[in-house]
Amino acid sequence: MSTKMTMTQKILAAHAGLESVEAGQLILVNVDRVLGNDITSPVAIREFERIGVKDVYDKEKVTMVMDHFAPNKDIKAAVQCKMCREFCGDHEITNFYDVGRMGIEHALLPEKGLVVPGDVVIGADSHTCTYGAIGAFSTGVGSTDMACGMATGKAWFKVPSAIKFVLKGKLNKYVSGKDVILHIIGMIGVDGALYKSMEFVGEGVAALTVFDRLTISNMAIEAGAKNGIFEVDDATLAYVNERAQKPYTVYKADPDAEYDETYEIDLSKIKSTVAFPHLPENTRTIDEVGDVRIDQIVIGSCTNGHYKDLAEAAEILKGKKIADHVRAIIIPATQEIYLKAMENGLLKIFIDAGCAVSTPTCGPCLGGHMGILAAGERAVATTNRNFVGRMGDVKSEVYLASPAVAAASAIAGKIADPNAVMAN
Amino acid sequence: MNFNGKVLKYGDNVDTDVIIPARYLNTIDKKELATHCMEDIDKDFVNKVAPGDIMVAGYNFGCGSSREHAPIVIKESGVSLVIAKSFARIFYRNAINIGLAILECPEAAEEIAEGDIVEADLDAGVIYNRTTGKQYATQPFPEFIQQIITNGGLVESIRKGAIK
Repeated sequence: MSTKMTMTQKILAAHAGLESVEAGQLILVNVDRVLGNDITSPVAIREFERIGVKDVYDKEKVTMVMDHFAPNKDIKAAVQCKMCREFCGDHEITNFYDVGRMGIEHALLPEKGLVVPGDVVIGADSHTCTYGAIGAFSTGVGSTDMACGMATGKAWFKVPSAIKFVLKGKLNKYVSGKDVILHIIGMIGVDGALYKSMEFVGEGVAALTVFDRLTISNMAIEAGAKNGIFEVDDATLAYVNERAQKPYTVYKADPDAEYDETYEIDLSKIKSTVAFPHLPENTRTIDEVGDVRIDQIVIGSCTNGHYKDLAEAAEILKGKKIADHVRAIIIPATQEIYLKAMENGLLKIFIDAGCAVSTPTCGPCLGGHMGILAAGERAVATTNRNFVGRMGDVKSEVYLASPAVAAASAIAGKIADPNAVMAN
Repeated sequence: MNFNGKVLKYGDNVDTDVIIPARYLNTIDKKELATHCMEDIDKDFVNKVAPGDIMVAGYNFGCGSSREHAPIVIKESGVSLVIAKSFARIFYRNAINIGLAILECPEAAEEIAEGDIVEADLDAGVIYNRTTGKQYATQPFPEFIQQIITNGGLVESIRKGAIK
């Protein structure tokens, strides 16, 4: 039977037990993993207990990561983590990640091989869309979906239509996946892909590392998308084969799959890009930013806390000092990344430059802890959202950028082009 | 399901961080959470909201974080219905899953003003602005979603065996 399905539609059809699906169809799918964190899981646990089933549908597939307000930022956060810990203990959930073993969930799951190509993953966290980078269908849901997923192993979806992004060319020095996705969000807007899939294909995909792809898929939600998925290639398989804890299936879109729109993106033309307050779509290229004095930088988060991100920042910070009026906070996304950064001397480079380095946490990204801003303060952050009050006071400002731009800005004391800082 | 209430109006891209700032997400107590509803966009919201009120907003309502605390605090504050030009997808499904009524209608959301008295019939997909006398038609929900709403949310649907 010939079909005209996108990558996403093929994965969804297979998980719904259907030959084919089409955009707009409502389906019930089997999920390969159900994820929650220390903020969303407590609400899900309360709902799970209302459902009245005794056990979770699969002790391995239910996954909880204590990353948002952990290490516990206050007594109430401690109570929420304790609730998750006890639930996972009572239900013998094997994939429970606590302080010391946890990392930021969307860096941790791919790293541990807990997500593989062709999977359907739901997570009570909007950045669950990250795993599209390795060819999985993954999407953010709420706590009730998580609870029902834990009980039944199923989730309901409206099959999305898709926007195709055909990538070509190669990124320039100091330009990375973050600049690509900010460029795209600036182009299509924060609801430009509302309810839809973003599918990334083309020869340019091979020129992007898996980590650049993780950053791009991670922020698909910032364009309103249901998911952001990359075609699987040799780089994906090299990454996955090192880690996968189970067999996997690679899905490709049908040659005649239908797309609502197609965009061609020439990676060689993308410049370092910064999203100004208070929406990720308010983008300017680095040559358009003007004079923006800053008080803080944050390098980390599920978007840009990978080893590659830290290495790019370290290249710029090596042997330099950050500006006196800037606080620089660097947060490796997982313990494995933290350890590698230590072994390879990155942490020394950061500390010598005047940066603070922290154990993994989402912390400042959502204004939780570890770097909250006062009224009037400005931060350049490699995080994913710059909404009003996102990192602290409603009168503070967050500028979203790549690790290279954040590092360069810390040295310059204002938003700066990595090329200019390295030329000095 | 029928609604009748006073309108509280907001703009485009109202994100879940302003609906319920993350700094308050260290509890799951609905009443405590609701004391911070809309705090970072409208400090006065908790004082002016009354049971049955209807929230009207622009495009992409509820964008950002997946926190279900956002529709929960809106519902807990007494808001009976949210009408928007469009909803961010996670907020949309969270609202349905917890039984907060929502309607997508760009024309109504554009024209209805703060303080207007509005009636709505969810099953028929009709919105009526009593203040201006203007009526609007919206798309009723697909049957699958109507069933979840009729059952009182996703948890109740599973409890009743509607989803296995």
